[in-house]
Amino acid sequence: MTDAYVVGVDMIKFGRFPEKTVPQIGSEAIMMALDDCGMTIHDIQALYSGNLGQASGMVGQRILHEIGQTGIPVINVSNACATGATAFREAWASIKAGLYDCVLAVGVEQMGRGLLGGAGGGTGISKEGLLGSGTMPAVFAEAGMEHSNKYGTTFEQFAKVSVKNHHHSTMNSKAMYQIETPLETVMNAEMISYPNTKLMCSVNVDGSAAAVICSEKKTRELGLMGRAIKVRASILASDPWQERDLVMPDVNSCTRKAAKEAYEMAGLGAEDIDLIELHDCFATAEILHYDNLGLCEDGGAGRLIDDGDVALGGRIPVNVSGGLLSKGHPLGATGIANIYEVSTHLRGEAGARQVEGARIGLTHVIGLGSACGIHILEKA
Amino acid sequence: MSEQPLPVVDYMKIPDDGDPYLEGHKCGECDAIFLGERNICSKCGTRDRMGTIKLSTQGSLYSYAIVHRSFPGVEVPYISAVVDLDDGATLKGNLIKVDPDPEKINFGMPVEVIFADALGRKDRDGNSYLSYFFQPRA
Ligand SMILES: [Zn+2]
Repeated sequence: MTDAYVVGVDMIKFGRFPEKTVPQIGSEAIMMALDDCGMTIHDIQALYSGNLGQASGMVGQRILHEIGQTGIPVINVSNACATGATAFREAWASIKAGLYDCVLAVGVEQMGRGLLGGAGGGTGISKEGLLGSGTMPAVFAEAGMEHSNKYGTTFEQFAKVSVKNHHHSTMNSKAMYQIETPLETVMNAEMISYPNTKLMCSVNVDGSAAAVICSEKKTRELGLMGRAIKVRASILASDPWQERDLVMPDVNSCTRKAAKEAYEMAGLGAEDIDLIELHDCFATAEILHYDNLGLCEDGGAGRLIDDGDVALGGRIPVNVSGGLLSKGHPLGATGIANIYEVSTHLRGEAGARQVEGARIGLTHVIGLGSACGIHILEKA
Repeated sequence: MSEQPLPVVDYMKIPDDGDPYLEGHKCGECDAIFLGERNICSKCGTRDRMGTIKLSTQGSLYSYAIVHRSFPGVEVPYISAVVDLDDGATLKGNLIKVDPDPEKINFGMPVEVIFADALGRKDRDGNSYLSYFFQPRA
C-alpha cells in the first residue's frame, strides 16, 4: 500500500463573513491549498467536502461550480465536529486504496452566533433548564467536573488553558483573535456554565481549510517531496458503550480508543510527538484530552498545565495555533485547519510560534454523538 | 387536553393508582441499564432479553454544571446534575434546594429523585407535565 502525503495545505484567516456563501468560503481555502503546491483543480481526481450547516446542500458540487466543473466525483461529508477530519480521512483512504493519486479535502463552515446545543423538543415542552442543560458549555462543564471529581482538578487549572491558548494566538495572524487574556480576566469573565466562563468557550467563526493529498509516486513525480507531510496514522472512532453515556456524551473513551489505534498505526508513542492540536471546544475539554491522549498518567493533566509543559517552549506544546478557544471553531473546517497548523510547524514555516525542531505532530477532533478523528503527521 | 399531568419523558410512568416512577430497561445478559424502551442491548448486542425495572429514587451526585446562560425564558442560575442511582443507572436533571455555588455542592452527596410539576411549562394544547428533580437527601 502506498503512503499518502499532504503536498498542499492552507486555511483562510477565520472571521465572520455573512456577505459570502458557504461555497465561496470553501473555494478560498481550496485555491490557497492548490497554490501551495502549484496545482489547479484540473489536477484533482476527487473532492471530499466537509460541512455541517448545509449538510444536505451539495456543498462540494457548489464549490466546483465556483472554481471548475471538471466532473470529478464529489463526496459530501458530515460528522459533527469531526467533519473536516473525516473528509480528510476519506481522501487519505482513497489514496491508500490506490483509487486515485491526487485528491482534495476541504472543510468549510459559516456559523451563527450564540449557544449551541440544548435539550431537544420531542414531545410537548422544552426540557432545557428542566432536566438539566443540553447546551454545549454545560455539557463540557459536566465533563470537566467529572475530572474534578476524580482528580481534584480546579477552576483555576481549567482557566489556565484559556490563558495559554489566547497567548499562543497572539502569534497567529490567521486566528480570529490576537489578544492576551490574563488569568484573572479569564476567571472573572461572564460565567456561562461553571466552570466555563465566556473566555473558556470556543469562538463561533466562519472559516475553511483545505489539503491536497497525493500518493508517494505522484509526490515524487511532481517534485513535491521537499515540503510534503507524510500521514503516519489516520483513525476514526465512534463512541464505545459507556455506563453514563445516555446522559453524558462520550468524549473520553472515544478519544482513548482512537489515540491507541493511531499510536499503533504510526508505530509511535505519545512521547514521540512534538506538538498537538487538540479539540479545545471548551477549556475543560483540553484538560481531559491530556489524559486521553496519554500525555501524562491519568489525573496528571492539572499538573501539566500548571508546569507549562503544554505551552509553546514546553515539553509537548498543545494548541500553539490558539486552538478553538481563540483561533476559532468553524465546525466543519476545524479538522483540516489543525492539519494545516501541524503541517506548517513540520515544514518549519510557523514563524514566531514555531515549535523548534518539530518532526512529528498529532491532530485530534471530537464531535458529540460521537466521532473522534486523530491524525499523526511527519515531515517527509 | 389531559386532566392529569403528562410524563415529561417516555421513561417516566404515572400509574392510575400509585406513585410515579422512572422506568429502566435492563439487559438480562450483561445487566446494562437503559432509559427508554429497546429490544437490543447496545453494550453486548444481545436481542430480546430486555426487562423493565423501576429505577431507584436514591443516588449520589457524580458531576454537575452551574448554568448561568441558557436559552431565552429559562430561569438561571440552576444546577444541571448527573446523578448515579443506587441501582447502577445514571440520570441527568436539575438539582434543587442547593445554592448554585460550587462551595455548596459536594461530589458524592446523597440525593433523591422527587416528582413535581414541570416548572409551570405547558405544551401548545395547554397540557401540564410532571417532571423529576434531584434534591439532597435529608
Ligand atoms: Zn447486554
